[in-house]
Amino acid sequence: MSTVSGTGPGTADAPSPDDALHEAAALADRDTPPRHGAAPDGPVLAADGTPLKRSLARALRLQKTRALMLIAPLLIFVLISFIVPIAQMLWRSVENDIVSNTLPMTVPELAQWDASDGGLPPEPVFRAMYYDMFLAAEAKKHTRLGTRLNYEQTGISSLFRQSGRKLDDLGKDILKPLRALDGDWAQAAPWFELMSGADGAAKDTAALEAQRDRLRRVTESPLAGEIGFAPSSEISALLPLTAQAYTDFAIFTVLEDGKDLAKTKPWETVYPALIEDMQTADVAGYGGPRAGMLQALRAGIAEFPPPSYSAAFADIDADWAAPQVWQTIQTHARTVTPGYFLNAVDMQLTPDGAAAQPESKQILVKLFGRTLVMSLIIMGSCILLGYPIAYLLANLPMRTANVLLILVLLPFWTSLLVRTSAWKVMLQQQGVINDTLVWLGLVADESRLVMINNQFGTIVAMTHILLPFMILPMYSVMQTIPPSYVRAAKSLGATNWTTFWRVYFPQSVPGIGAGSILVFILAIGYYITPEIVGGTKGVFISNRIAYHISSSLNWGLAAALGTILLAVVLLLYWCYDKIVGIDNVKLG
Amino acid sequence: MSIALAHKPGTQFTTAVTAAFGAFAGLLVGTSQGSALIGIVLGAVALGALAWALMTFDLPERMARWAILAVVAALGLLIGGIAGLFVGLIFGWFFGWLIYWIGSGRYRMKLAPYLTPGQVLWHYTFRVICGAIFVFLITPILVVMPLSFNAEDFFTFTPEMLRFDPEGYSLKHYRDFFTNNEWQRSFKNSLIIAPIATVISVSLGTLAAIGLSQSHVPFRRAIMAILISPMIVPLIISATGMFFFYSQIGNWMEGTLGLNKTFVGYVKVVLAHAVLGIPFVIITVTATLVGFDRSLTRAAANMGADPVRTFFKVQMPLILPGVISGGLFAFITSFDEVVVVLFVGSASQKTLPWQMFTGLREQISPTILAVATILVAISIALLTTVELLRRRSERLRGMSPG
Repeated sequence: MSTVSGTGPGTADAPSPDDALHEAAALADRDTPPRHGAAPDGPVLAADGTPLKRSLARALRLQKTRALMLIAPLLIFVLISFIVPIAQMLWRSVENDIVSNTLPMTVPELAQWDASDGGLPPEPVFRAMYYDMFLAAEAKKHTRLGTRLNYEQTGISSLFRQSGRKLDDLGKDILKPLRALDGDWAQAAPWFELMSGADGAAKDTAALEAQRDRLRRVTESPLAGEIGFAPSSEISALLPLTAQAYTDFAIFTVLEDGKDLAKTKPWETVYPALIEDMQTADVAGYGGPRAGMLQALRAGIAEFPPPSYSAAFADIDADWAAPQVWQTIQTHARTVTPGYFLNAVDMQLTPDGAAAQPESKQILVKLFGRTLVMSLIIMGSCILLGYPIAYLLANLPMRTANVLLILVLLPFWTSLLVRTSAWKVMLQQQGVINDTLVWLGLVADESRLVMINNQFGTIVAMTHILLPFMILPMYSVMQTIPPSYVRAAKSLGATNWTTFWRVYFPQSVPGIGAGSILVFILAIGYYITPEIVGGTKGVFISNRIAYHISSSLNWGLAAALGTILLAVVLLLYWCYDKIVGIDNVKLG
Repeated sequence: MSIALAHKPGTQFTTAVTAAFGAFAGLLVGTSQGSALIGIVLGAVALGALAWALMTFDLPERMARWAILAVVAALGLLIGGIAGLFVGLIFGWFFGWLIYWIGSGRYRMKLAPYLTPGQVLWHYTFRVICGAIFVFLITPILVVMPLSFNAEDFFTFTPEMLRFDPEGYSLKHYRDFFTNNEWQRSFKNSLIIAPIATVISVSLGTLAAIGLSQSHVPFRRAIMAILISPMIVPLIISATGMFFFYSQIGNWMEGTLGLNKTFVGYVKVVLAHAVLGIPFVIITVTATLVGFDRSLTRAAANMGADPVRTFFKVQMPLILPGVISGGLFAFITSFDEVVVVLFVGSASQKTLPWQMFTGLREQISPTILAVATILVAISIALLTTVELLRRRSERLRGMSPG
């Protein structure tokens, strides 16, 4: 089979002369119809009688499938455990459904508000916000949203946290006169009976599922299971807002808190909802359970003014009475946002579009710039130090060169943390270098050099760590430069310098290019070494990414920074591939 | 030899060069003793005079060099104690060698006779520069070793150590490493995670490399790019992506499958490390397969061996060196990795590098240096193994091992 497999018409890439011989033999055997019995004009047949073309195609297909089968396990493994996480990170840098998930009613209402006149949003926005926020606070997700919005406007986080605690006040204020009217309004069982309707009454399961869906988005838990409650269709039509509020309460209480609905007092949201519904509801025809309670309330409704949600919010915190908070929510309500990327380049998404961050928060562009500049410096010093070594290794006798190569490979093989800790030992103020300098009398004891926790420390340590990555590609290129060229140049009368600069150096440029890109790529993504020897002045953008992942928890921004860094690296790798080819990467 | 002798430089030249070196040495000694200027003058005069005397009176070389060594070492002992004695020994040996190396023209012996003095000077300057760079490369690693035997909890040489006082040295940091629970646990974690990750990446990687080296692979470049990508993408980005991904996977495994939390933690770290090791396996094994003579598998098939048998009996023994060195790369990648484990793992998966990292950040103890020394020893062993394997595979392929 292997003889045939290499002979398809589209497979001119015969891998070896050996293959070519086989191929020739096979063709000679089969391409001469007169010697073998097939009809002169008919298709050429293989040994088993099928047309040769088909037989070859089958063999080729078989070989391709076999190769793919061998690759498949690893490919799937890498795709799932590496490519998917990276793709997920890219998605996270633009994803922003937290606002619309946590405030599902407020977001559409806010979308209709025109913020440009500088006024507050209309009452329906406040109303939607009240119910959304209450639910989020019960699910303990309002602080998360507050943290998210705090990236955009400082102070929102604490505003949300405090408001979450004070949202009960509106309901409590209404409950007082209600209780005076009929004590049953403050009890659990009457509410349950009122909302469930009579036994066998039609249930509004659609409303139940709608609320369940919306709660799922807020709590991010499955919330599956029977809750033993659904609002009766009659109540749902008569008191829509109240039914909604009670259903939310019912789902959450049963599934999250695991309490008995008939014995748990409803959330405070049901009271303002009830009052609002009752302003217009016609309860005269209602005959379900607790009809008396409702009718009594309807009769005395004049004593219950419709709840003012905006006033309630203003009571909670004066910030709610200012348009800025609402503008921020409105601006960041979209589910896919460029906001993190704008943040990553020291800009922010404002109601008026992209704008620069305040001066005091502008650090990331500077950090990107510093990462690039320091990587360039490290690359440059690696070239300066690596070139002589590579030249020496390439021009020494093989045996000596191999011994010296060990001095290059040993650091290469030594743990990164060992080398970093070694530099910490060397560079610190009570470290080896300072001690030696003091002992020699070059530096006074009280004015020891500060060589660590600054840019100098990072550059020295990283140059040392990345130097082998520069020397090895340079060395492998220089090994291939024929020494006869140099001798020829010299015999033609060139000076040493001319020989080097005009003959040797141009031939070694590919090695410099390969090493430089490699070192540069490795340098801009470095994290450990700058973290340990860099202090505050010598850190890179990757340290900032780690900071946002583990300390500030602004994962969207971390993902955006990572995406930008990844784009830069991939671009550089594309160049690397063009210059040297990724297949030519050699190790050790 | 005759050429070299013909080029024997004049006494004046030898005197001048040696005096220059003497001035430099005098500068070092002088600054440490208080006056640089006096040091320079004294050093230049002393060395110049010595060279002139030796060259003029043509003393027997061996005796003269021993004498210089003894005198300079004694001077060193007088000035700087034990440490001074060592510096003196080095200086004495160096100057004895230098005077005769220049004086008898030995320095030109290995060079082409037509080189101008400037070129000779450049030749040796270049060597000295390269030597300095080698020192830069290797010193940090060498410095760590003696410091790990420090009897004090300092990251630097104590006066006792410089006096070579046995009191200044101890094995206490090693003892700490081998008895301290935290270090031992992290070491054990590393020894659990790295081999498993290596086995996964080597087995999958070798299979895929064999698949990739077949003659007709559709989308070979794209597949190669995907498989190499864990090496290309900066670690911090891989770590960020894996952090999000594996926390979800972990929750799923704990919640839905009901697995033990610690076990899930290990699985996450092992999988993450296996991915990072794969490019190294792919690269080394495909490189080995380039030199693999495929007529051998044909011969095996011809003689009736099925593909599996062919693989284990013919192909595997031949590509084994590549597989092993790929495995070593994968092992060292995992063993040395800290960023990803920092993001993906939890405290119970703390590996050795992680422990070192926290140690370095909070500067707890020089036990780190003892660990570093052990790790250097391990890497020397690994380097030797890879080098031996490389030579073996080149010999098998009929190339000179060099």
